Amino acid sequence: MTGVTTREMTYAAATNEAVHLEMARDEDVVLFGQSVAGSPDDPFLKAFGADRVRVTPISETAEIGMAAGAALAGKRPVVDCTMAEFLLVSMDQVVNEANRFHYMSGGRVTAPLVLKAGYGFTAGWAGQHTGSIYGMFMGVPGLKVALPSTPADAKGLMASAIRDDNPVLFLHHYLLLLEQGPVPEGEHLVPFGSADVKRPGSDVTVVATGWTVHRALAAAERLAADGVDVEVIDPRTIAPLDTATILTSVEKTGRLVLVDQATRHSSVATVIAGEVAEHGFSALRAPIVQVTALDASIAYAKPMEDYVLPDEDKIVAAVRGVA
Amino acid sequence: MNADQARSVLRTMWRIRAFEERVGRLKRSDEVHGLIHLSIGGEGVAAAVCGQLRDNDVVYSGHRAHGHVLAKGAPMPETMAELMGREGGLCRGMGGSMHLVDVAHGMLGATGVVGGTVPAALGSALAARMRGEDTVSVVFFGDGAVQAGTFAESVNLAALWRLPVVLVCENNGFAEFSPRSAHTPVERVSDLVAPWGIPAATVDGNDAVAVWEEFGRLLAGVRAGEGPALLEALTHRLRGHYEGDPDRYRVAVAAEEWQERDPVLRLERTGLERGWFDADEAKAVREAAHAEVEDAVAWARESPWPTPELASSLVYGS
Ligand SMILES: Cc1ncc(C[n+]2csc(CCOP(=O)(O)OP(=O)(O)O)c2C)c(N)n1
Ligand SMILES: [Mg+2]
Repeated sequence: MTGVTTREMTYAAATNEAVHLEMARDEDVVLFGQSVAGSPDDPFLKAFGADRVRVTPISETAEIGMAAGAALAGKRPVVDCTMAEFLLVSMDQVVNEANRFHYMSGGRVTAPLVLKAGYGFTAGWAGQHTGSIYGMFMGVPGLKVALPSTPADAKGLMASAIRDDNPVLFLHHYLLLLEQGPVPEGEHLVPFGSADVKRPGSDVTVVATGWTVHRALAAAERLAADGVDVEVIDPRTIAPLDTATILTSVEKTGRLVLVDQATRHSSVATVIAGEVAEHGFSALRAPIVQVTALDASIAYAKPMEDYVLPDEDKIVAAVRGVA
Repeated sequence: MNADQARSVLRTMWRIRAFEERVGRLKRSDEVHGLIHLSIGGEGVAAAVCGQLRDNDVVYSGHRAHGHVLAKGAPMPETMAELMGREGGLCRGMGGSMHLVDVAHGMLGATGVVGGTVPAALGSALAARMRGEDTVSVVFFGDGAVQAGTFAESVNLAALWRLPVVLVCENNGFAEFSPRSAHTPVERVSDLVAPWGIPAATVDGNDAVAVWEEFGRLLAGVRAGEGPALLEALTHRLRGHYEGDPDRYRVAVAAEEWQERDPVLRLERTGLERGWFDADEAKAVREAAHAEVEDAVAWARESPWPTPELASSLVYGS
């Protein structure tokens, strides 16, 4: 990032910085959540006060539905939902209320709302707390979905999410929260629907999201030693999905490996595979390969968790299979 | 409560205490992994409630379930093995701390989603009623779950259909890092159900004898077909919300005060005063519990990891 001053910070801190900057910039931005304002010296509470930083009870339906109503009335709520799975309690509000207000009103109203939630906590958190469930939200009209993989993207996507006039599901990856990286100072916006080439390469295109971006980059380093040059692309938002960048890459490489922590049949990988099969067929020189989680819940036992999930070895093997 | 009952409840409480203290240590050494919530300080509720249930009465729980599971009769080695992710565990290592099930003893489910099992308890109660049985269903949940939609919906339906279910709220005054006052203006959970005609009581959850008496009274009505009841037990969560929680959002109870309130020590004192057991007996119960935990850990360590075939074969039931 030439010409931009950056600072090393964690993914979690970068996300918070974006919320903080947007709250300072626009007083309509408010923060709700069950574990916000955990202490009197909470930085959000200190800076913006208890009127704008509100602790909510364990009442997801009311919490999210209320945020949507506040959004209709001109606020820009950021709801910290803790875990993506807790959103499921309030599914109607997320996929059949907030997301439809704009469309069904003929464009008369908007619901600018950010639902921030973590996913993918594959560290023994077992069946109900480890899922990568964005597939359930990806095809929902009116709802945007961001999946940052780096601290800089986390900051930039959060800022864009807050300024967006639609409900946005901002999903941060639990295993990345403490990862450090350079983050641009001050205002930093990452546009939605704009994939990022995290590593240029010429032999095989690998598309990955969230935590798997880092597994793909590590796999690419190993493959480089064998003379296989991998391009790694991170879509960054999966709704909207930037298929153009992926298709351009496939034009060049002719080979596509899709990596996704989600269950196979509810993954971004499967959606991308369909788009590329339809629009990039003539460029393909090998079948598209998907490295996803199994279509199973994540088990508690550590060896089972490893077995079900994609990892570096599985990515390397998949790339070797097509290269 | 009579002497036999008191000895049995004390034994259960020590078994839970010893088990959970050991689990805390195993979590720190990573032999138990993932998200662990301990119920240390709340043993009196689990022991006095489950101690009055039959094997075929059904129990459901939430994320803080170890005590309920042991009190309902689950074998300790299999429970420990589950927390250690082993094939020999109650759920073959697939569920872990928040999802313990032991069908043989009527422990039908625990959830990591707050409020998630409250309606399920109604369903088991309905099924029992439809079969003409006098078994009851009990669901344990925290004060935080009372603000979840499932609670309100379930209270209404249970009352409407007069289902044999006891709602047991363990009110420790906190939901994660927030005091109850940050979540609701209603202090007493037992005040919430009057319009539905549901009998309800609040007891000191640190007093196992009081829990025993109050739950017994409500249980008798529910078993007799009088419809649902609610028991609120006021407890103290001695540990953080989860193991590893820095717990900086509340003032710790002073050690001397805890000695007074600790439900296990309190039942010991009451039992000695009333002559239900003597000091040697109490000591033997405590020591046996600790020995049982060490045996359970040793057994669990010998149990193999679940095998990969389970990952796909368990996805569907048929
Ligand atoms: C639907 C849902 N929302 C949020 C959470 C996160 N969470 C886990 S435990 C907990 C607090 C529960 O408090 P309470 O019911 O009082 O039980 P306690 O932990 O005090 O035993 C919360 C908010 C969750 N597991 N499920
Ligand atoms: Mg509580």
